[in-house]
Amino acid sequence: MLLALLLGIYALYLIGGLIIGFPFRGLMNQLGQLTFWIAVFGMAALALNLQWGYTGLFNIGIVAFMATGVYVTAILSKPVYGSGTSAAEVGGLGLPLWIGILGGMLAAALLGLIAALPALRLRADYLAIVTIALSEIVRFSLLSDTLSGGDPENDIAGYRIGLGGGDGIILDYGDPLERFISALSWPLDLVLGTDDVLWEEVYLGVIVDSIGLVISPNPKPVVDNFVYAALLLVIMGGFYALLVRTGNSPFGRVLKAIREDEDVTNALGKNTNRFKIKSFMVGCALMGLVGILWFGTQGSVTPNTFRPRITFYVWIALIIGGSGSNTGSVLGGAIFAAFLYQGPRYFKNIVESALGDPSAPSSFGPAVGQFPDVVPFLLYTLDSLRQLQLVIMGLVLIWLMHNRTEGVLGHRKEIAASVPLSRPERSPSGAVAADGGERDE
Amino acid sequence: MGVAETYDRGRRIAVEQPLLIVLIFVGVLLLVDLVRQLATGDLTVARLITLTWDGLMRGLVIGLAGIGLSMTYSILNFANFAHGDYITAGAFSGWAVTYIIAGGFGSETDIGALAMVGAGGSVFGGALGINVAETPVAVIAGILVAGGVTIALALAIDRYGFKPIRDAGGIPLLITSIGIAFALRYVMLFVFGSDTRGTTAIGSIPNVRPEIGGGTVQFTAHDLALIIVAGGLMLGVHLLLQRTKLGKAMRAMADNESLARISGIPTERVIRSTWIIGGGLSGVAGYMFVLWKGTIAFNDGWLLLLLIFAAVILGGIGSIYGSILGGLVIGVTASTAVIWIPSGFARAAAFAVMILVLVVRPQGLFSGRTTA
Repeated sequence: MLLALLLGIYALYLIGGLIIGFPFRGLMNQLGQLTFWIAVFGMAALALNLQWGYTGLFNIGIVAFMATGVYVTAILSKPVYGSGTSAAEVGGLGLPLWIGILGGMLAAALLGLIAALPALRLRADYLAIVTIALSEIVRFSLLSDTLSGGDPENDIAGYRIGLGGGDGIILDYGDPLERFISALSWPLDLVLGTDDVLWEEVYLGVIVDSIGLVISPNPKPVVDNFVYAALLLVIMGGFYALLVRTGNSPFGRVLKAIREDEDVTNALGKNTNRFKIKSFMVGCALMGLVGILWFGTQGSVTPNTFRPRITFYVWIALIIGGSGSNTGSVLGGAIFAAFLYQGPRYFKNIVESALGDPSAPSSFGPAVGQFPDVVPFLLYTLDSLRQLQLVIMGLVLIWLMHNRTEGVLGHRKEIAASVPLSRPERSPSGAVAADGGERDE
Repeated sequence: MGVAETYDRGRRIAVEQPLLIVLIFVGVLLLVDLVRQLATGDLTVARLITLTWDGLMRGLVIGLAGIGLSMTYSILNFANFAHGDYITAGAFSGWAVTYIIAGGFGSETDIGALAMVGAGGSVFGGALGINVAETPVAVIAGILVAGGVTIALALAIDRYGFKPIRDAGGIPLLITSIGIAFALRYVMLFVFGSDTRGTTAIGSIPNVRPEIGGGTVQFTAHDLALIIVAGGLMLGVHLLLQRTKLGKAMRAMADNESLARISGIPTERVIRSTWIIGGGLSGVAGYMFVLWKGTIAFNDGWLLLLLIFAAVILGGIGSIYGSILGGLVIGVTASTAVIWIPSGFARAAAFAVMILVLVVRPQGLFSGRTTA
């Protein structure tokens, strides 16, 4: 079902692009981006599913954990500030990227702990208010001049580090994709006695060049997008496997029990607060990782990227798919990315290129001013589609809450036992083992 | 007796609420630092008064808007995240009317541009000379329309957004309210544009500037207007709750809805009244906030909303007096925080106060009393 949906989405995008006659390069770029968004929202929805779908913790400060992940990674892994790095106003500690990523996830988990401690003893909706307040606290802190690190007087132990203030921070720790492939290349290099063979020879030499026969000139950005998106899909698979395993483990069963009835779980001798905190922290760490992967290739990031609307996106993705279901989370992420997030923008591009980039009225007044003539209004609407997108998303969310609270894949039967209760299949030889099942090898 | 008993009680508090002790300690420390700053001249008395006054005005807006949030929170049992956008909706609708009236119904400039509250930068509030002393009719009409439109909006949203899932529990309602908030906010962005613009004639607002403690402190006519409108409405709500049958019914419903229903209270009608009061107050609060601050933007209400939540929780959810008091505390905290911490953190400080309150006293200042 998931596969069919994905294929359908890609087919739809391809057809849309072909009708307009997008150049092949643009089409490929669109598809690469679409894959990227599907992976990002799928991962984020999975992380949220651990908190809300499994444990019933209402976190509407997702963006705070993403921001923490990105910024801590930046501080740890940006090159040390020197006279040569004038483009990057503040430097970092110059640690390897993987340490930075681990540090970012750890920081997001610790922030989760801070959010969870006061709120867990209280009503469910208090956690909501605490987390959203926390996400704004994080954003305001990132915006503050005091922590921006631009001032040489505030150097810490000889390092000029900081959060960059309102100008944001440049993520000059190298291309994550190149770093990753180079890291994979390490055992090969050892055997072949070469240097960075996977990146230099295989990636640049074979893959990029062969694509270059179709897309020229400069095929590298297109290939980069695609490979990075594919890498994210693989990581999303990792998220999925982790969550399914967690869900089926004793730990996960306690989480689901807490979701259904915390008092009973408590009465059965489980320290529910500890379970809740653990699950919350793991979810936050995963959200931090999503943030790092999302913004890691953009080159720079500013605090105002991390507005509460990103949280809202992830929630819609989860609710569409059905909270509590991992497959549903991925599905929801894909549907959200394709139809609600990228879809309207793609649609706008298609229509605009079909109309030959008409100029739209600058504001609502002139748009409705010539009333019998609806063309200006339609053009203005098209031009504002990025804002209207959020209106559509809001309406979809309301509709979902009214009509399909359980999402696309909700209302599944959940097996409460640790052993499968379905009728065991007969062994292929046809003979039923007489001793109760265990067969000798 | 005496010493031993006092010691005993002190020890009990210290054991039960270690955080409270720490907080009191921090509070004393901040006070000592305040006195130090005043003594050394780092902070003038005039600046302290200006900051506190600014905080009180902000607090009145927060408290006024908080009453509605607190009422719906206690009577309908969910946190309404769309409340902030009711405030913005009230502000924009009210100001559209004020602009049209002050602009002489289009005699000075295009009526469409006036109704858009100067979207696209073609009309400026300063040029229209809007302030409460020179264009009182436009302002009063604006206040009334802000309240009326927000009431209608709140009722319509309740009818189509919340009523169908009234019994679904707090969280689905909360999620729905987030959806409504985003839809509403971005419809307003679509119509009114995204730029922040000035609304009042800043220079010509009547004001007094007494010299106090080494500097001047400014009090304007808009401060006075805010105090009169907010104070009057708060008093009105107080009388309504204490003196009328509707008030009694609301308090009963906040306490126990099922009991209220079997006692013959028409719950749907009470809910409608709640939205009328809450919506009206938030619309007027939005209008007055813009009048006082002099600028308007599509996310004003959203930025205010978290402070309002802080105030409502601080005061104790459901308590009207709590939300007024909480609003004043949060307003003053947010504005005087710059005395001790860098200005970039002032808003963060108000949220931090809220989180601290949740840790130390989750039931709020006026605990256990709902809608009273």
